[in-house]
Amino acid sequence: MTLTEKILARASGKARVQAGENVWVNVDVLMTHDVCGPGTIGVFKREFGKEARVWDARKVVIIPDHYIFTADSMSNRNVDILRDFAREQGLPYFYDVIDDPNGHWQFDASQGQHKAQYGSRYTGVCHTTLPWKGHTRPGEILFGTDSHTCMAGAFNQFATGIGNTDAGFILGTGKLLIKVPETMRFYMEGAMQPGVMAKDVILHVIGDIGFDGATYRAMQWEGAGVYGMSMDDRMTIANMAIEAGGKNAMFPCDQKTLDYVNERTKENGTKSEFEPVELEKEQSFVYDKVFDLSKLEPTVACHPDPGQRKLAKEMGNVQLDRAYIGSCTGGKTSDFLAFAEVVRGKTVKIDTFGVPATTKVVRELKDTQWGGQSVWSILESAGVRMTENASCAACLGGPVDTFGRLNTPMKCISATNRNFPGRMGNKESQVFLASPYTVAASALTGRITDPREFVS
Amino acid sequence: MSHVLTSPVYVCADNIDTDQIIPAQYLTLVPTIPDEYEKLGGYAMIGLPDDLYPTRFVPEGGLKTQYKIVIAGRNFGCGSSREHAPIAMGAAGVEAVVAESFARIFFRNCVATGELYPYDAQERLCDVLKTGDVATLDFDANTLTANGVTYALKPLGEVRPVIDAGGIFNYARQSGMIAPKA
Repeated sequence: MTLTEKILARASGKARVQAGENVWVNVDVLMTHDVCGPGTIGVFKREFGKEARVWDARKVVIIPDHYIFTADSMSNRNVDILRDFAREQGLPYFYDVIDDPNGHWQFDASQGQHKAQYGSRYTGVCHTTLPWKGHTRPGEILFGTDSHTCMAGAFNQFATGIGNTDAGFILGTGKLLIKVPETMRFYMEGAMQPGVMAKDVILHVIGDIGFDGATYRAMQWEGAGVYGMSMDDRMTIANMAIEAGGKNAMFPCDQKTLDYVNERTKENGTKSEFEPVELEKEQSFVYDKVFDLSKLEPTVACHPDPGQRKLAKEMGNVQLDRAYIGSCTGGKTSDFLAFAEVVRGKTVKIDTFGVPATTKVVRELKDTQWGGQSVWSILESAGVRMTENASCAACLGGPVDTFGRLNTPMKCISATNRNFPGRMGNKESQVFLASPYTVAASALTGRITDPREFVS
Repeated sequence: MSHVLTSPVYVCADNIDTDQIIPAQYLTLVPTIPDEYEKLGGYAMIGLPDDLYPTRFVPEGGLKTQYKIVIAGRNFGCGSSREHAPIAMGAAGVEAVVAESFARIFFRNCVATGELYPYDAQERLCDVLKTGDVATLDFDANTLTANGVTYALKPLGEVRPVIDAGGIFNYARQSGMIAPKA
């Protein structure tokens, strides 16, 4: 069996499962957020009754992160719906925007978008919060009401996105009926060259198999090249399985995975026992291809979908209006450090927005000193408009007052994960997806730029 | 649910993602609140680029569409897991989408909510039909007839009774899988 099949077999109490089979799985964690949580709660109450209790309060994680720093009253209300539910159900893992469990969230636009407006429990983007707060564990099953839930596949976990109705069903029962996906194997050899990042790897692969090349399938990553990658790299790759239509991403578990997970479950007091799934000799794949990481170059996905692959070096004639770094896939500390490496001591030529994925990333960028200056300050000195308000922000457009949103037709290069028409706001805009290095180099020149000109 | 549906069709191309079906700024509406469910219908397909789709799917200021059948190319409903997408279409009055292929989560959300019948076409109907053509969808024969030509569709199989029942919860109750509502 493949890694995905092994997890699904275990979760459904079977010795074996095979692709195409429908199985009921027991859910280890259900995650929801402010956009889909209120609807999920609505389904749960409608179907199981007003007095119903969730199946296991310790397995429900609620992370407001999408439309937080906006004066839109509906968005603010939706955070309140989550708070009421978390209080009613006694949910220990609710990462609220404010500290008062009986309060109301209201964003104060008069304070501007840059200064932090959140309490001590707020974390930021859900997919980056889950591993940080010790909710991702090898061998487990995670469902989330968000398509990028597949990011947790980096941790040898079966993780996929679902809708409100399925999530409501899980809240009441702790189970879900799913089809076992076929598995595609991506076998990585070699190591990435300077100037190349994990984002380039996944953009290359999506360009290879097409925007729907992994539809209904598991994307399993193997090979020495994968073991050489950091957990952040693996997350960046797993995050974008959905951009090829994939059901989930799956990485093997190694010492890096164990160290990362053990440290965080201990730090947060979350469940610490788990059982990874190991690679078997006998695996059946519908697709199996070897990639040499050392051959990859800085890559861009062009408007209007993540499968429109080109090399950055071929695109110098594309003039840009904006650069953006942030999101689950591109707003981690390592992403901002790579960005800062390129823009340090220089000045960006176009409007450039930086939105850390989590409040921890904000702290780390402020605490990391390079030559007596914090990385945060290096970024600001280069002209990057940084906000302390970690969230999904303009990655998915959102309400019109969202920080960095494309409110007029423009061309934007972005370290985010999706670029269908209208994704970041205005539907006539064009979004080009690239690595933090490439976004940084392009921000300096105002046109799409191969970062190897700036990275030694 | 009648077994035959006749309606003008709305035709779109490949990769109609959930941001085009229901742009992110409207996701503040909560689908289980009846008034907000209706409003979602008014924004269905409003993210389609105007230059490629000059015909509005829902008339300006309206809540319902005249197109109960949507024809599409590959990978319809790709992108986010937002259930608001099939719900917005269903709230606007759409009953079926006939596409060359569907993205996984959208397909699943159609079935779970019972909002839409997601039919796989056996050929690329989005290149053959035009918005406004009148088509007849026969749910029993699994065919779509338009402009005098009958096209075979792949049968919905085990998902049809779930959608007929109005979604996964109704189906599970009708079939005794979960207890009836108190």
